[in-house]
Amino acid sequence: MTTKSTPRRLRRLAPWIAVAAVLAACSGPASETPTAQTGTPSPAPAAAGALHNVAVVTHGSSGDAFWNVVKNGAEAAGKDLGVHVDYQASGDPAQQAKLIDNAVAQHVDGLVVSMANPQALQTSVRNAVTAGIPVVTINSGESASAALGAIGHVGQSEELAGQQAGKRLKDAGKTKLLCVIHEAGNIGAAQRCAGATTGFGVTTTLQVDINNPTDAQARIKGALESDPAIDAVLTLNSQIAARAVAGAGEAHSKAVVATFDLNSDVVDALRAGTLLFAIDQQQYEQGYLPIVMLRLYKSNANTLGGGTPIQTGPAFVDKGNVEAIAKLIGQGTR
Amino acid sequence: MVSATGTPPPRGSSEPPSRGSSEPPSRGSSTPPRRGLLHRLLVRPEIGAALGALLVFAFFSLATGRFLSALGVATWLDDASTLGIMAVAVALLMIGGEFDLSAGVMTASTALVTALLATRWGWNVWPALVVSLLFALAVGALNGWLVMRTGLPSFIVTLGTFLALQGINLGVTRQITGTVQVSGMRSAAGYSSAGSVFASTVDIGGTRYQSSVLWWLALTAIAAVVLLRTRFGNRTFAVGGSLSAARAVGVPAVRTKILLFMTTAGAAWIVGSMNVLRFAGVQANQGVGLEFQYIIAAVVGGCLLTGGYGSVIGASIGALIFGMARQGIVFARWNNDWFMLFLGVLLLAAVLVNNAFAKRAERVRR
Repeated sequence: MTTKSTPRRLRRLAPWIAVAAVLAACSGPASETPTAQTGTPSPAPAAAGALHNVAVVTHGSSGDAFWNVVKNGAEAAGKDLGVHVDYQASGDPAQQAKLIDNAVAQHVDGLVVSMANPQALQTSVRNAVTAGIPVVTINSGESASAALGAIGHVGQSEELAGQQAGKRLKDAGKTKLLCVIHEAGNIGAAQRCAGATTGFGVTTTLQVDINNPTDAQARIKGALESDPAIDAVLTLNSQIAARAVAGAGEAHSKAVVATFDLNSDVVDALRAGTLLFAIDQQQYEQGYLPIVMLRLYKSNANTLGGGTPIQTGPAFVDKGNVEAIAKLIGQGTR
Repeated sequence: MVSATGTPPPRGSSEPPSRGSSEPPSRGSSTPPRRGLLHRLLVRPEIGAALGALLVFAFFSLATGRFLSALGVATWLDDASTLGIMAVAVALLMIGGEFDLSAGVMTASTALVTALLATRWGWNVWPALVVSLLFALAVGALNGWLVMRTGLPSFIVTLGTFLALQGINLGVTRQITGTVQVSGMRSAAGYSSAGSVFASTVDIGGTRYQSSVLWWLALTAIAAVVLLRTRFGNRTFAVGGSLSAARAVGVPAVRTKILLFMTTAGAAWIVGSMNVLRFAGVQANQGVGLEFQYIIAAVVGGCLLTGGYGSVIGASIGALIFGMARQGIVFARWNNDWFMLFLGVLLLAAVLVNNAFAKRAERVRR
C-alpha cells in the first residue's frame, strides 16, 4: 500500500490544485454586503402584474398549533385571492435561509418570511429583494424588516406584549412572577419574559421542554412547591398553559396562571376561571394579511403600515369574551 | 471490548489487510481472477447511493421546472455541502467502528466559542477561530480517549458529550449575553478575511455558488485519498473491522480512534465556522439533531453500522441525495407536512438497495 507511483501522487495533489484554482475566483461575504447596516436596498419595484406564487418561509413547523393557524391563514388568503401559497418551515436559521434561497431560485412572485434570527437571514432576504421579489416579514424581526428592503411587517412586538401581560398581572395584585420558557434558544420567548419583567417587576424564569408535557408539568409543580411566594405564572405557549394549570393544582398553589396564545384547553380553562387571561396575537392575520399586501403591491403598488410594523396583537381574551371566539379556535383560525 | 491500557503487541511486519471494498477483488490472493467492469462496480459500497442519487436527480429534474436551473442547482448543492463535510468525517469514524452523537451540537459549540470571543471580548476572528479549533480537537480527543479508556460504547460516551455540550451552549450563552443567540459578527475585526475563506461565494455564469460546495468536494477527495491510499486509512478499516485482530498485527488502535474522533470534531469546527461567518451569528440550540442526518448520509452512502466497511465518497453522495430531496420537495411545491415521510422512505429504500448490493459483493468476493 505504500508504493507510490506518479499518477497516484498526481491524484493526491488534485484536490489542492482544485482549491487553489477556485480561491482565485471567490468573494467573501463581507464584500457583498459591506458593513451590514449601510447600503439599504430599496424595495423591489412594484411592477403592475399578477401574483401567482407566494412562498411563506417561517421558523415554526406546521405541526405546531400556533404556526398551523398562520399556515391556515396564508392558505385561506391564497384561496380567496387565487394565489398559490407554499408554506415551508425550519427552526434552524441556516436551513431557513436555504429555503428562502430556494424560493428565489423558483422566481416566486412574493415572499413571506418570519425573522426570528434576522442576522442569519439577512443575505438571503436581500438577495430576494435584489431579484425583484417583494418581501413581507411576519411574526418576529420587525426592527430589521425595513432595513432589509421588506415592503412591510405584520406581527406582534414580543417585548410590548410581555410588558402588557406583566402589567396586567401586577394590576391584579400579584407580587412574584414565574415566566415559563418552553423552547431553549427561542429569542421571541426570551423577549416576552424580558418584557414581562419590565411590566411586572420581580420575575424568575423556568426552562421546560415543550416536547415533553409530563416533564413540563412536573417542573412547574416543583417550582411552585419550592417557592410558595410565587403567586403568578406566565406561560408563553397554549400547550404549556394547560400543564401550568394542572401543575399549580397539584402543588396546591394559590398562583394564578396567564398565558400567551390560544387553544381549546385554554378556552376551557378561561371558562372555568383557572386561567386569568390569554394574550392572543391573532396570528391568522400574520398568515392572511401578507398575501393581501403582496397582491395589492403587485397589482396596485400599494403598501401598508407606512414603514412601521402592523401590530396583530396583543389582544386579551378572558372570561368576559371567551365565548365569542371559542368556536373559531376549533376551526383553526384563532 | 479489549481494554486500551495494555501494552500493544509488537508491530507486525505488514499492515493488516484492508476490508474495504475499495480494494478491487483481484488484489487478494484468495479472490477469483479479475472480473469485468460491471462486477467491479457492483462491489463498491457507494453503488447503491450513486444509483439512488441518479434516481432522485432524474425524478426532481423531470417533476419540477426550476430544479435544474443554475440557481436551483446552487441551492441544493449548498444544502448538501455542509451536511456532506460532516458526513465524510462521520463516515471515516463509522468505518473505524464508532459513532459520534456530539457532532451536530459541536457545530454550534465551535461557532459559539468563535462568536463569543469575537463579539464579547473583541478578539480578532482569526485567533478566535484557532481557539475554537483547539476546543473542538480537545473535545474530540476526550471522546476518543473516554471510549478507549472505559471500553464503553461510543454511542453512550458521545451521547454524554452531546448532552453536556447542549447544556453548556445554552447555559453559557444565556449567562454571557442574556439572550439565546450571539450576533454581531459582521463588526468583528478580521471578519471579512475569515469570511472569504469560510463563507465566500463563487460567481459562475451569473449564479452565486457557496464556497462550502468546494470545501465539500475538496475534503471528500482528501478523505478518500487518506482512507484508500494511506496507512492511516488502512488502520481505520482495521480497527473498525476487528479491534483485537488489528491490535494483534500492531495497529495503534487508541491513537487511530482518537484521531478519528478528532477528525469529526475538526469537521464540526469547519462547518461551525462556515455557519457563524455566513450567518453572522449563532443560535444556542443550533445543530441539535443534525448528528442523525450525518449518520443517515453515511449509512445511505454504504457505511455499515458495525464498522469496517464503507466509503467517504458514498457518504458524500448520501449528503447529495439529502440535499436534492430536501430542496427538490420544495421545488416540487409539495406540502411540507409530508417531508419527513418522504425522507424516511428514501432512507429505507437506500439502505435496502445497499444491503442487496453488499450481499452481492460478498458473494462475488468469495
